[in-house]
Amino acid sequence: MSQLIKKRRIDSYALAWRLPIIVWQLLFFVGPLLFLIAMSFFLVKNYRMVETFDLANWARMFSKDYFWSSYLYTFGMASLATVVATLIAFPASYALAFKVSDNVRRWAVFFLIVPFFTSYLVRTFSWYVILAESGIVNSILGNVGLGPFKMLNTPFGTMVGFMTLVLPLLVILQTLSLSQIDKNLIEAAHNLGCGRIRTIYAVIIPLAKIGLVVGALFCFILSFGDFVSPYYLGGSSPPTLSILIIDTTKSGQQWPRAAVVAICMMTTLFVMAFLAIRFAYRKPAS
Amino acid sequence: MIKDAAISFTLKAYLVALFIFVFAPIVTSVVFSFNSDRFPSIPLGDFTFHWYELVLNDPDMLTAALNSLFVAVVSAVIATAIGFCTAYSDYRYNFRFKGPYLALALLPPTIPLIIMALAMLAWLSKIGLSGSVLSIIIAHSVLCMPFAMAIIRLRLSQMDSSLEAAAWNLGASEWGAMREVVIPFTRPAIISSLCLTAAVSFDEFAVAWFVSGLNKTVPVVILEIVQGNIDPRVNAIGTFVFLTSITLVVIAQIIFMKNQKNGKAS
Repeated sequence: MSQLIKKRRIDSYALAWRLPIIVWQLLFFVGPLLFLIAMSFFLVKNYRMVETFDLANWARMFSKDYFWSSYLYTFGMASLATVVATLIAFPASYALAFKVSDNVRRWAVFFLIVPFFTSYLVRTFSWYVILAESGIVNSILGNVGLGPFKMLNTPFGTMVGFMTLVLPLLVILQTLSLSQIDKNLIEAAHNLGCGRIRTIYAVIIPLAKIGLVVGALFCFILSFGDFVSPYYLGGSSPPTLSILIIDTTKSGQQWPRAAVVAICMMTTLFVMAFLAIRFAYRKPAS
Repeated sequence: MIKDAAISFTLKAYLVALFIFVFAPIVTSVVFSFNSDRFPSIPLGDFTFHWYELVLNDPDMLTAALNSLFVAVVSAVIATAIGFCTAYSDYRYNFRFKGPYLALALLPPTIPLIIMALAMLAWLSKIGLSGSVLSIIIAHSVLCMPFAMAIIRLRLSQMDSSLEAAAWNLGASEWGAMREVVIPFTRPAIISSLCLTAAVSFDEFAVAWFVSGLNKTVPVVILEIVQGNIDPRVNAIGTFVFLTSITLVVIAQIIFMKNQKNGKAS
C-alpha cells in the first residue's frame, strides 16, 4: 500500500517535468502546423476566410505555371547552394580538423558561431552595398580596369547570400564530424601507401559521412526556406516559394493559398530529410 | 616535406579567405555605420555619428528596441523554464514514446521560419492572440526552446546520477533534491541558456514580422527600412543589435567554459 502511494507520488513529480513541453508544443507548435494543413482547404470570400473543405486552392496552385516554375527554381537553387557550400566548406573543415592546433580550432568554431548572432538581414544589406553596381567590389575592380559587373538581382547574388547563411553552420558541423575520425586510421592508410587525395575519398569521407550529409541537409533546408537573399540580392525574379508565401499572405490576403505552398515546401523537406538520413546511415555495399 | 608544408599553408590560406568572406558583411556594416556618404562606397567619406544620432532620436526606434528587449527577456525565461523541464525528464526518466517526445521538443528549428510564420499567424489569429507582443513571445519561445533544452541537457549529462540519489538517502524529498542539488548544478547552463535564447529572439525577424501587427521589434523595423531604399541607418541599428547579441553570447560562452572546467574537476 505504502509502495503504491509512493509510486503515485513519484509519478506526479515526473509528470510535472514531463508535461509542460507536451502541453506547450501541442498548443503552439503542433496546433499551428495542423491548422496550416486545415487552412489549405478553406476559402476566402469577401476578404474573409470561410472554414470549409474545398480543394480549390490546391487545384488552383497546381494548375498555375508560376507555381511550378517557382518550385523548380527554388529546388534548383537550394540544391546548387548545397553542392557549392559543401565543396567550399570541406577544405576549410579539413584544415580545421587536421591542420591546426586544438586551441585554434576552438577559437575558429567560436568565431563561426558569432555570425549566427548577427542579424542576417544586416549582413544581406551589407552584401547589397558590397555587390552593387557602384559598390565596393566593382570600384576595386574598376581600379584595375575591369567591370563593372552586374552581381545584384542575379542568381549569383542569391548564392552569395545563401553562402553567408549556411557556411558558418556547415563548417562547424563538418569540422565536428571530421575531428571525430580516429587519426590512426588515416596514418594507417598513409602507411599502406594510400595517397593524399585517395585517403580523403576512401577513408575520411566515408568515416565522416553522417556529419557531412547532415550538414548538407541543413544547407538545403536553410536555403530552400530563406526569403531574404532571393528577395534582396536575387531581385526576386523569379520569386522563390518563400517569396510566393509572403506575397500571397501579405498583399493578396490569400492565406489558404499560401498554406498550399507551405505544405508543398514541408513535404519536399520531409522527403529530402528522409532520403538524406537513409543515405547517411546506409552501410556501404561490400 | 616541402610539399606537406605547401599544402598545409594553402589550406590555412583558404581558411583565412573563408573567414574573410564570412566576416566581410559584418565588418562592412560596422565601418559604414560611421561613414558620412549616403550611398556607401569606396573611398570612404568622413567619419560621422550622424546615423547613430538619427537612430537614437527616433521615437519609433526606441519603442521597437523596448519591444525587442521585452520579447527577448520573456521568451528566454519561458524557453529556458520549459527547456529545463524537458532536459530533466530526458536525463532522469525512461518512458514509453520517449523518441516522439524528444522529436516534439527538438523539431522546431528544422521547419523553415517562413512556414512557422504563416502557421503561427493563422493559428494565433484563430485563437485570438495575434497582432500583439504576446504573439511574438509565444512564437519565439517555441523557436528558442530546443536550444535551451540542448544546453541544459548537456550540463545534466555531466552530473553524477548518484548525486540526486544521495540527497534522497539523506532525507531530501524529490523536490528538495531538485532545489538543493539539481538546480544549483545546472545554474551555469540555465544562465547560458537565458543569454543565448534571448540573443536568438533578439535577431529573429521572419516570424516576428508576420505575427507582430503594429508592435514591431527591431529586426522588423530593419526589414521595413531595407525594403524601402539604401539607408545607412541600417548599419547603425545593425551595429547596436550586433553588440547586444554578442555581449549575451560572450557572457554565455564564458559561463559555459567555466562550467565545463568545473564539470571536469568534480
